[in-house]
Amino acid sequence: MSSERSARPQGNLDHAEKVSLGAGVFRRCDGCGDTQLSESFAYGVCPRCGHHERLSAEQWMQLLLDPGSFEPEGEALAPTDPLRFSDGRPYPERVASARRSSGATEAIRVGAATLAGRPIMFGAFVFRFMGGSMGSVVGERLTRLFERAASARRPAVVLSASGGARMQEGIFSLMQMARTVAALGRLREVSMPFVSVLLDPTTGGVAASYALLGDVNLAEPRALIGFAGPRVIEQTIGQKLPEGFQRSEFLLEHGMIDQIAERREMRATIARVLALLLDD
Amino acid sequence: MATLEFERPLVELERRIAELKTAIRASGRGGAEFDVEVARLEEKARRLQEDIFGSLGSWQKVQLSRHPDRPFTLDYVQRLCDDFVELHGDRAYSDDRAIVGGIARFRGRSVVLIGHQKGRGVKDNMARNFGMPHPEGYRKALRLMEMAARFRRPLLTFIDTPGAYPGLGAEERGQAEAIGQCLLSMSRLRVPVIATVIGEGGSGGALALGVANRVVMLEFSTYSVISPEGCASILWKDRARGPEAAEALKVTADHLLRFGVVDELVPEPPGGAHRDPDEAARRVGDAIARHLDALAPLDGPRLAEDRYRKYRAIGEFVGE
Repeated sequence: MSSERSARPQGNLDHAEKVSLGAGVFRRCDGCGDTQLSESFAYGVCPRCGHHERLSAEQWMQLLLDPGSFEPEGEALAPTDPLRFSDGRPYPERVASARRSSGATEAIRVGAATLAGRPIMFGAFVFRFMGGSMGSVVGERLTRLFERAASARRPAVVLSASGGARMQEGIFSLMQMARTVAALGRLREVSMPFVSVLLDPTTGGVAASYALLGDVNLAEPRALIGFAGPRVIEQTIGQKLPEGFQRSEFLLEHGMIDQIAERREMRATIARVLALLLDD
Repeated sequence: MATLEFERPLVELERRIAELKTAIRASGRGGAEFDVEVARLEEKARRLQEDIFGSLGSWQKVQLSRHPDRPFTLDYVQRLCDDFVELHGDRAYSDDRAIVGGIARFRGRSVVLIGHQKGRGVKDNMARNFGMPHPEGYRKALRLMEMAARFRRPLLTFIDTPGAYPGLGAEERGQAEAIGQCLLSMSRLRVPVIATVIGEGGSGGALALGVANRVVMLEFSTYSVISPEGCASILWKDRARGPEAAEALKVTADHLLRFGVVDELVPEPPGGAHRDPDEAARRVGDAIARHLDALAPLDGPRLAEDRYRKYRAIGEFVGE
């Protein structure tokens, strides 16, 4: 599959391909270690081995959404420290440094947008913000996303990339699982679709709440998707996991996702699904 | 009976009192001075129990929540219900014995019950996978939730699991999806739902049975986003620092009541539920019955709305 992708001529690209996603002239692939011209990493995909580098929420918005259509929601929401949690470093300090290093206000961005002209409610995780972990703010933003999608009768599209619940907010993080899923239930009641896009990685409390409950579940190639992290499983069963375990291809084979969509096809795939479910 | 380290002085003293009584009976003598001595020791034991259980740390409560003699779901069901019919299987793959469920009569009401089930002893624990469900367990639960809705029976759940099982088969068969479906189903049920945390509330695998109108929690139970040992392993690469993590995570019933995650804390009998399961069950039953009565005036849509609002409000943040 990867050779097919790299062999594809660079001339046949759709509009989003023209968006520059890399900075600097040369770039080293995290997958194969090869160094190539940055411009050959279209969509952050290595032209040699097909390794998908993680994209930021903003890069995903450029790829999927109509230019300038994103209207953020809940950007001013900020976490508190209900447990007064410290693991040697107080939680508020960790949040502050995550804000600085990620440039994001929290581990997800949500808002109204249009995709191929269609109004949707959109969310994309910021994995660089504390591993995309779901605390109260992520839960609140997702809940608003689903609630607004239900009340405005718009489909919901969420790109998940998260290690799971945010430990530092304890039980409040756990409860976000119930909260986000309950809000998704409202969307179902008005028969509006939820397209769940699973990125690398989607595990723990995010996987085990709304993320696998899409009307359509799409995943990127080779994304790690599962309930428990591979290390926890290996410790529990006392053996190494087989190659490809919990990867997108494994989930497709076991009936947990509908399609594996490559980055350059993601926008078109989502647009087709929504059109087929919603248009006359 | 298994004995925890901090229970030992109390258990020792009680054993001595029992021996003394036996010796007195055997000697056939009896008399006032012996009665006075026995009464003195019994008073001492009572005060010792108060001392120990009045100032338990988080880690000691974690240990009590996992006590091998602690009453499990079926111990409560036996004591609280008449005419329990256990229902088995997910209709797709197997019957997961780490989750039990069925229909029964509870204080005059016909109800649907679902709970995690730990085993008593090694063999039983192997069969029940130490109370750690696989996806088929959650899909059995899902089937029973839908049955409760169809026949308009209140749903009572009992939470007691270290967590959903992290294994190969569990991942292959969709552990995450199964838990997510339970959350979705519970959040929409148009019948009263009461969840009771009777032991360990281990993360998503516990919450899968926990989306309720009212959440009741036994005094020495715990409920947490991650096990203290798992948390310590991530934060400090050292599972042995679980006691510190238990403190930091605020996993005990008193904290959860204060946070508004739990609606009622049910005090345990002196020395913990395992020392008097009948009394523990009576107290749990009283709490459940009281909440069912309180929810009785609400119709189906209002029950679902009540539950939605309860979870909608749980979150700590600032700003708009």
